[in-house]
Amino acid sequence: MVNTRATIDDVWAWLDQVPDPEIPAISLVDLGVIRGVEWQGDTLEVTITPTYSGCPATSIITFEVESALRGHGIENLSLKRQIAPPWTTDWMSDAGRTKLEAYGIAPPQPAGGPACCPLCKSPHVEKISQFGSTPCKAQWRCTDCLEPFDYFKCI
Amino acid sequence: MSVPGLIRLGDNALVLGQRLSEWCGHAPALEEDIALTNIALDLIGQTQLWLGLAGGREGAGRSADTLAYHRDAWDFRNLLLVEQPNRDFAVTMMRQFLFDTWHLEVLSALSAHTDPEISAIAQKSIKEVTYHLERSTDTVIALGDGTEDSHARMQCALDRLWPYVGEMFTTDGDDLTDMAALRPAFDAHVMATLAEATLTRPASDFAHQGGKTGVRHSEHLGHMLATMQVLPRSYPDAKW
Repeated sequence: MVNTRATIDDVWAWLDQVPDPEIPAISLVDLGVIRGVEWQGDTLEVTITPTYSGCPATSIITFEVESALRGHGIENLSLKRQIAPPWTTDWMSDAGRTKLEAYGIAPPQPAGGPACCPLCKSPHVEKISQFGSTPCKAQWRCTDCLEPFDYFKCI
Repeated sequence: MSVPGLIRLGDNALVLGQRLSEWCGHAPALEEDIALTNIALDLIGQTQLWLGLAGGREGAGRSADTLAYHRDAWDFRNLLLVEQPNRDFAVTMMRQFLFDTWHLEVLSALSAHTDPEISAIAQKSIKEVTYHLERSTDTVIALGDGTEDSHARMQCALDRLWPYVGEMFTTDGDDLTDMAALRPAFDAHVMATLAEATLTRPASDFAHQGGKTGVRHSEHLGHMLATMQVLPRSYPDAKW
């Protein structure tokens, strides 16, 4: 039991330590799925917007948020799912985009395809499929280093 | 009363999602397997949203799962097109192309619906369906304008499925938007794609009907539901 309420900034910092279950290189805050954190009386309300409607990670994300906040002593917690406005890759943080690329996943681009190969940085890339190993990714290939790589789809 | 219209949208997504999941582990290439099952996953996710809203508004204590697993064929309100069997990859992809083209138009219309919960689900789904249509359009063109064999199979698939197009544009008071009004936009995309795919639109516009009204489903739906529903019907309290 905490004697004083945690500050909103503390909660955001804690959530920024929770890795995305599918892409652990980035946090849930980097991913942009945490849409709001506020105290309603003595209950902490956290609003989560799912990425894709059928993404199996959604329920795990909810679970991870709950266990992280309980671990920091939050007792009264309300998790709210919000689908409007729909999640967009525009909500991904700049830190998240940098971490994605370092991890080998090309970050989303408004042009609809990766800017360059995340491995050798060549701009010569081609699409293999609009779909990949998770709902949020597509499969691309570098025509210079010939490595296939994941591209985080822009939606 | 929006419940019947919500059930139609949910049933379309559910039945096609289940059909596509039958390809899991069987598609002609790994990328295709992944794509088909990703699309299935999106559709099942959309089903949860549509049927979840329908069940909540109905107020009879039925969840999305209850609606999916504890209704029989005559209570389903999906289009006949989506319950058609997968057959080969050509039929699967042609069915997907025809559905995606219609689906994106429906969702675009619903995204401007005055009911905020309906427009929210439509706006969420549009993002996913835009990718579905991009892929099915590309595939129809690649296979239609491909080898002699792929061309023949795509034309055969189009001829087989065209009689199920008309039902998508029949409309009544249960629909959440005027389906008939969507036909010109559908025709424009389909005709442009078929031209590029070197495929010929069938001359007859005869249309099978009875899916969205539940009056007469094809025999295929019952067989599909038997597989889909067996676990929750055999073990009603099972949790997974």
